[in-house]
Amino acid sequence: MLLKPIRDVGIAGYGAYVPRYRLPGSEVDRIWTDGQGGSPIEEKAVAGPDEDTASMSVEAARNALARAGLNPQVLRAVWVGSESHPYAVKPTSTIVAEAIGAVPAVQAADWEFACKAGTEAFQAAMGLVGSGMADYALAIGMDTAQGRPGDALEYTAGAGGAAFIVGPAEDSLAIIEGSFSYVTDTPDFFRRPMQHYPQHGSRFTGDPAYFRHVLASAQQLMDSLGTKPEDYAAAVFHQPNSKFPERAARMLGFRPEQTRTGLLCPMVGNTYAGSSMLGLTAILDEAQPDERVLIVSFGSGAGSDAISIRTTEKIEERRDRAPRTQVYVQRRKEIDYGLYVRYRRKLHMH
Amino acid sequence: MSIPRHWRLQNQRYSMVGEVCNACGAKLFPPRDVCPECSKPAYEPYRFSGNGKVYSYSTVYQAPSGYEAFVPYTVALVKLDEGPLVSAQLTDVDGEEVEIGMPVEMVTRKLREEGEDGLIVYGYKFRRLLREEAA
Ligand SMILES: [Zn+2]
Repeated sequence: MLLKPIRDVGIAGYGAYVPRYRLPGSEVDRIWTDGQGGSPIEEKAVAGPDEDTASMSVEAARNALARAGLNPQVLRAVWVGSESHPYAVKPTSTIVAEAIGAVPAVQAADWEFACKAGTEAFQAAMGLVGSGMADYALAIGMDTAQGRPGDALEYTAGAGGAAFIVGPAEDSLAIIEGSFSYVTDTPDFFRRPMQHYPQHGSRFTGDPAYFRHVLASAQQLMDSLGTKPEDYAAAVFHQPNSKFPERAARMLGFRPEQTRTGLLCPMVGNTYAGSSMLGLTAILDEAQPDERVLIVSFGSGAGSDAISIRTTEKIEERRDRAPRTQVYVQRRKEIDYGLYVRYRRKLHMH
Repeated sequence: MSIPRHWRLQNQRYSMVGEVCNACGAKLFPPRDVCPECSKPAYEPYRFSGNGKVYSYSTVYQAPSGYEAFVPYTVALVKLDEGPLVSAQLTDVDGEEVEIGMPVEMVTRKLREEGEDGLIVYGYKFRRLLREEAA
């Protein structure tokens, strides 16, 4: 049941992107509860008025190419996982592929599976490269998530994500040891066509959805590989808030210091398809050679992908070829609720 | 602007692909096929680094149609490291932070949208160097 290609593959390059604007949770709280409700996170990243999943993916992809030191023409796939593609019909991936110079001899597609669309694209890239069909494939998880005004999600629905170039193991800064996916039909969160904001069955979001799938994929991956939590230098879990990933890590037997570096939700919010992948970039920025890292995504609907990687000595020379994730996290311009409403077009002008 | 015209300009606009003159080595942006320095033909594509400095700037409060969502915004003449001057919007910057000589780098952003149901047009803008902004 372990997902592992015949040919050994790894991560040749990675790149992060987080927009500049920040909406403090206290601002949402001020508008909707007169400051009496509190906020689950400090602040969330908000895309500027000229940003969307396509433009943000372009920057993350350029960072990944710089780290890999690759000509974009060697990419055989550009795959973007998101639930906020700018067009309903017209791929985000073709825009990204054109902007980074990867067209025209390239496969391009958009992936969807709520917040795990990015790790899905990553697993597919493992298969494409692992089969020998391609030497390099780009997988992106990126979102500009929106919560209904006043909804609990409005505190956390953030913007950001990451891009990964999967390549042959011998050209990798981290070898992919294997992956495991755990999926069931669970109605925890959904959005129908033409609807602007999602619905969430709050009864379903915790135990039957997030914890059931995240714990199962992580545990079964470690069982298949014969690894234990103490074999990992760091782990990152999907971050709808800070509490869920912290609790999942504890239940699996990870110590808080193993998940600290990748836990970005308190500063950028829940970046949906970008969440666990962005956390992984922050870990890779700090990792030493020959360290294991566990990444576990979660997507409503529901499913979880767990991936185990092991860094190589190449990580040290490659990581400073592009801005570190913390550079994006620390770049911040605070906005108030009014400017947020304008930037995210929550006002109807006609 | 028609959809075919957008398509032809895409490579130039998404990632600053210009031309280099084979005769004298001058870098051209936008591409114009004849070198302004030596008048010889210049057809070789050249991808600009996207790095430059603000040469002059002005803030727009009354935007033309399609750009209203971004006001107020700053338009700058940017002197690219490779030589050419290009005119572009600055992004991720507050008006009062802009100054002549400020180092900037190219990013690809939404330039405008042709209404709620039309094309989204992407292209280059410039921002302050990321590393300096975070410092
Ligand atoms: Zn010339």
